[in-house]
Amino acid sequence: MIGVAIRPGNRSKKVKGLIAGEDETVLNVWLKIGKENVVTVIVPHAEMGQGTHTTLPMMLADEMDADWQLVRMMEAPANKEYANYALGKGFILGEKEFPAFLIDTVDGFFLTVTKHMDLQITGGSASVRFTGMNAMRVAGAAAKAVLLQAAADTWQVPIEELEAKNSQISHTKSDRSAPFASFALQATQLSQPAKPRLKNPEEFNIMGTSPPRFDIPAKVDGTATFGIDVVLPGMKYATIKAAPVFGAKIKSVDDNAAVGMPGVIKVIPFETAVAVIADGYWQAKTALDKIQVTYHPSGNESVGQADIYSQYVKDMEASAAGGDDKKDVKKGDVQAALDTGGQLVEAEYRVPYLAHATMEPMNCTAYVTEGKCEIWAGSQNPLGFATAAADLLDLEPEQVEVHNQYLGGGFGRRVQVDVAVQAVRIAREVDFPVKLIWSREEDMRQDFYREANISRFKAVLSKDGKIAAWDNQFLFKHDPEEAPHIPYDVANQYIHFAKSQTHVPWGYWRSVDSSMHAFFTESFMDELAHQSKQDPYEFRKRQLANAPRFEKVLDLAAEKSGWGGALPPNWGRGLSLHMAFGTIVAQVAEIEMLEDGLKVHRVVCVADPGFAFHPNGFEAQMESGIVFGLTAALYGEISIEEGAVLQSNFHDYQMVRMKEAPKIETYVINSGHWPGGAGEPSTPGIAPALTNAIFNATGIRVRELPVKNHNLKAAKEVIG
Amino acid sequence: MKIDINNREYEITADLSTPLLWVIREQCGLTGTKFGCGIGQCGACTIHLDGQPVRSCLTPLQAAEGKAVTTIEGIAPGNGEYHVLQQAWIEEQVPQCGYCQSGQLMTAHALLAANPAPSDEEIDQAMNGNICRCGTYSRIRKGIKKAAAAMAVSENIKDSGHGEMD
Repeated sequence: MIGVAIRPGNRSKKVKGLIAGEDETVLNVWLKIGKENVVTVIVPHAEMGQGTHTTLPMMLADEMDADWQLVRMMEAPANKEYANYALGKGFILGEKEFPAFLIDTVDGFFLTVTKHMDLQITGGSASVRFTGMNAMRVAGAAAKAVLLQAAADTWQVPIEELEAKNSQISHTKSDRSAPFASFALQATQLSQPAKPRLKNPEEFNIMGTSPPRFDIPAKVDGTATFGIDVVLPGMKYATIKAAPVFGAKIKSVDDNAAVGMPGVIKVIPFETAVAVIADGYWQAKTALDKIQVTYHPSGNESVGQADIYSQYVKDMEASAAGGDDKKDVKKGDVQAALDTGGQLVEAEYRVPYLAHATMEPMNCTAYVTEGKCEIWAGSQNPLGFATAAADLLDLEPEQVEVHNQYLGGGFGRRVQVDVAVQAVRIAREVDFPVKLIWSREEDMRQDFYREANISRFKAVLSKDGKIAAWDNQFLFKHDPEEAPHIPYDVANQYIHFAKSQTHVPWGYWRSVDSSMHAFFTESFMDELAHQSKQDPYEFRKRQLANAPRFEKVLDLAAEKSGWGGALPPNWGRGLSLHMAFGTIVAQVAEIEMLEDGLKVHRVVCVADPGFAFHPNGFEAQMESGIVFGLTAALYGEISIEEGAVLQSNFHDYQMVRMKEAPKIETYVINSGHWPGGAGEPSTPGIAPALTNAIFNATGIRVRELPVKNHNLKAAKEVIG
Repeated sequence: MKIDINNREYEITADLSTPLLWVIREQCGLTGTKFGCGIGQCGACTIHLDGQPVRSCLTPLQAAEGKAVTTIEGIAPGNGEYHVLQQAWIEEQVPQCGYCQSGQLMTAHALLAANPAPSDEEIDQAMNGNICRCGTYSRIRKGIKKAAAAMAVSENIKDSGHGEMD
């Protein structure tokens, strides 16, 4: 295990001023102890509903043997000392365990790298997997070690005779007991072990339980402060409209009708956007709507969704023909296997652009004064906000202070620094703080989108009904690395991708590449099962000989869903199996075809995250990810028309609501493997489970999302 | 004009067509009521006017004249206690990001006031205007049922109390 953050001569001194109040002792960068024996855990991630502000403190507190009732949490300041090296390492090296003799080198290297990269990002389902495992647990165990040593020194007894429990250290032989706090100051003089022994799961007291989340009470009485709720003395409000065709430059601004409207303070034209500052948001918005803007041609004014798809197809074909595709997986000899003359199956799938549509529209409050800038926002990337502001204002990052707030949904959108840059640009024009709020329409049309994509498959089925060859071409590749990979034992595989340049901005969207590849690969698996006249569950299972973890997850999903059991007329059942961010998830969707659409009655979700540190929270994330993925599968579609986003609000970018929300049953397998994520892994698998169920019910194969664009009713009548 | 929010009087100077949402948030400083869509599609801004749930993003300031406005800050009984719905929300650990939950609670509150024992279909009907992007719907449903049950128990206690006195 890893411990650079807490090595002797560690960074605690540097952070003391940042995190500690009076009467508080900073034991290491991740925790401090107060006089009342309260342990405060410093969490370097944002709370956006995933529960990280509770789960990470649980991991530290358990290793420390702290009393959970005396544990508090504090979000880490956006400071370079908290650049998230654990996250960086997770992304760059995956989950490799390092040989002991390399640990210092590796940690030293990554500490430098990630500080340099300004990483303090909450994303990639990384909080528990990397920060929790590499920083929190080690910090807790190391703190306990020095507290015990301090007690041993004070009482002049062998350390082996001491016990730490419930934030107390006791010596049974001499019947002595004292709180952690009484040894805290002395403990800071001792060297903390870089590699303290961590608990085995059977020793866990807090990890694996589900204490109430810290953030919930404030979220039921209106007191939780999200970015949009920040109030500052003298603060004014702004709103903005950027060029609908991404990147188009402004030619002219006619603000005659807006200037002089009640409450309007200033109209600010930028290169590609116009902002209005006013006494209130409504006044700013009303004025902005009256401003006439024309744009210079950017060359993208006539681009439509069909053009993008045509270009995709052209680029994919040219790339394949020219041998320009990037290789992702190459195993065996696909061409030879294709030539052997087994049953060839081909299919093409498409997915559209998707917006994040966080419930809280983008917003950021900024106050720029001489040599200083303060920012208030809910951000997945507060350090990135600070860096962007510093660059813009020609300040040192230390001169920018970011006050991170609760996030009204993140899903990857709040990693981007665009809104902070806008807010700072607006605020530097005036001498008071400004809260910039986007309209919902702006939020929908100026997003960083999950890209539209095409995936093409060719496979050969051998005589024994197994897959002999798997060829898959698609566009683009970001994260996670394994998104397009399959767990099935196919000897000949060629997975490759092409590029295609569009003017539509791309961004991380909950589960990133997995959000489409699970639909692609698991739809195709279903088609192959059908073509080879095998049950979709049996077909998959037969090819999981080299993936026992996947097989267990699949088997439990089949068992819990009653796979193979009879269903009422017009019902269907569909299956998917996919790993994302280290967590394997199988889903079975049970649906009913109705006269006017369909109803998803039940989703059985089986997940192997290695270990669920907060089972109730993990279950909540599985439910959340499924509803999020179901929304995308049924309705999600951002389309480009005349170079701009056509959709604008929830009436045309529809969400799953209470009526459509299925009953979700989650079953967790704690396999003991390195922990996987929770926030993202259940999103990918619901789309293929749903469309496979539609096929099961109707015989209609949905190869392009969203489902709403398909006339399934007509199809059903034909099929009977 | 003067408006009454959570039994407190506020003196407002704003154009009468200004949506109540922005008056409540920016002038009265009650930020528990949220801006979500601005067109009455998401329910995040739900408040009560004389006990009836309305979308404050579409309700002009003028409409509040002479009416009792209730926001999320005004449903608890006071003394640091939670409303039975808020308590149920905590027990069921309903919120995730939490941004929509003020609106969810205000809609649920109006539902239970009109229908103390709603069926699943009635819950669907009442709550369908409130979007939760984190997908907490099943927990919202549980929260409403738990609160309904708790309210029924306290009603029974009250009723039996009356019985003894009679």
